[in-house]
Amino acid sequence: MKKKIAMYWGAGCGGCDVSLLGIHEKLLDLLDDIEIVFWPCATDFKYEDLEKMPDKSIDVAFYNGAIRTEENEEIAKLLRKKAKVLVAYGSCASEGCVIGLANLYDKKQIFNVVYLQNETTKNEDKVLPKEHANDLGLPKFLPHLKTLEDVVKVHAYIPGCPPMKPVLEEALEALLQGKTKFGKEVALCDECPRKDSKPEKIEIERFYRWHEKEDNGDCFLAQGIICMGPATRAGCGGECISANIPCTGCMGPPPKVKDQGAAMLSAIASLLGDMDEEKEEEIMDSIRDMIGTFYKYRAAKLLPEGRLKDES
Amino acid sequence: MSFEPKIVAFLCNWCAYAGADMAGTSRLKYPANVVPIKVMCSGRVDPEFIIDAFEKGADGVFIGGCHPGDCHYVNGNYRTRRRVKMMKKLLEEMGINPKRLRLEWVSATEGQKFARVIEEFVNEIKELGPSPWRK
Ligand code: FES
Repeated sequence: MKKKIAMYWGAGCGGCDVSLLGIHEKLLDLLDDIEIVFWPCATDFKYEDLEKMPDKSIDVAFYNGAIRTEENEEIAKLLRKKAKVLVAYGSCASEGCVIGLANLYDKKQIFNVVYLQNETTKNEDKVLPKEHANDLGLPKFLPHLKTLEDVVKVHAYIPGCPPMKPVLEEALEALLQGKTKFGKEVALCDECPRKDSKPEKIEIERFYRWHEKEDNGDCFLAQGIICMGPATRAGCGGECISANIPCTGCMGPPPKVKDQGAAMLSAIASLLGDMDEEKEEEIMDSIRDMIGTFYKYRAAKLLPEGRLKDES
Repeated sequence: MSFEPKIVAFLCNWCAYAGADMAGTSRLKYPANVVPIKVMCSGRVDPEFIIDAFEKGADGVFIGGCHPGDCHYVNGNYRTRRRVKMMKKLLEEMGINPKRLRLEWVSATEGQKFARVIEEFVNEIKELGPSPWRK
């Protein structure tokens, strides 16, 4: 019997939906074994259709995107009810991703930037989205961005922004066989295309942002360019590195590391060359945006309730 | 009731912990708000430990290590110094007062210094009030 599959998009960019097509002809093989019963991005289904399905009738439901609105949360709960296995698909659903950085700001600040101050936004009447006005309305914008596991129990996670082909192939195969554990345990450095150029001992003298320095093709960290490889889970094949761009950590931490940002921060401290305290201070001050650098994909995990408020 | 902060103190085996011991054997008094955790070297204090301590309800985290040049493992304390600096920057971005994290060098004979910095730290945290980071 064909496995029943669902795919939903919460607060995301749509890249996850597209990534499923990124497995190319593998998808055609897959279609022999699966039946898609719900996939709003690609097929014409309504929420009603999902509501009418018997509970636990979907074999595997993939949820991509984060939980930013009431609607996202509602469908997450509905899918949870209708599916046997619920999978957080991609970085947003798993750990909040780039849009999780919005947790550094409150709703008012976000709306101001998005609807009023943004240079490319034309909104002379200063119209802001309204929640449930009259009969028609928009779902409520939640105070903070949440990940899927914050609202429902999640069985498996497919990492990546979006999940890359090798990660997806392995994950889909495992999930269709009923397995929920898959993926690599090691860090990206292990499969890095620039692995051979990593010196025995890295001694960083100063940091460069990656556009500030001519890339000599060696290990980025050895060049003083922050690369999240040591604290990031392997599996993607290092596609960004192949395109001469340092890793920013979208795969999340290897399974045995809890806090990716802290792990990277720790690694960076060990990679600085010998220097006096003053120089040390200077070089560390050159890292301007700690959360954006080390928690680019996990800010929602670091600050689930938004930016903290320490009095005084 | 006045606020009694919870403070986690990571103390390295060779200097700071011995310094705390010294404070004890010299019968020096310091506030009882501190929960000491012995680590082999201050360099063992992974930033994850600091985050964990705050998440689990610490109002302040103290790290005690050997003086520069004295680390039993040569350069563990230099790494700690860098990590603490970065952690303070991170705390600030998160909205936490970086004063809640404090690094001090305490040698095995500096019982007095240990008692003094702990007292200072506890008072400072008392002034700051409870940490908003508890889960
Ligand atoms: S042993 Fe004390 S700081 Fe390393």
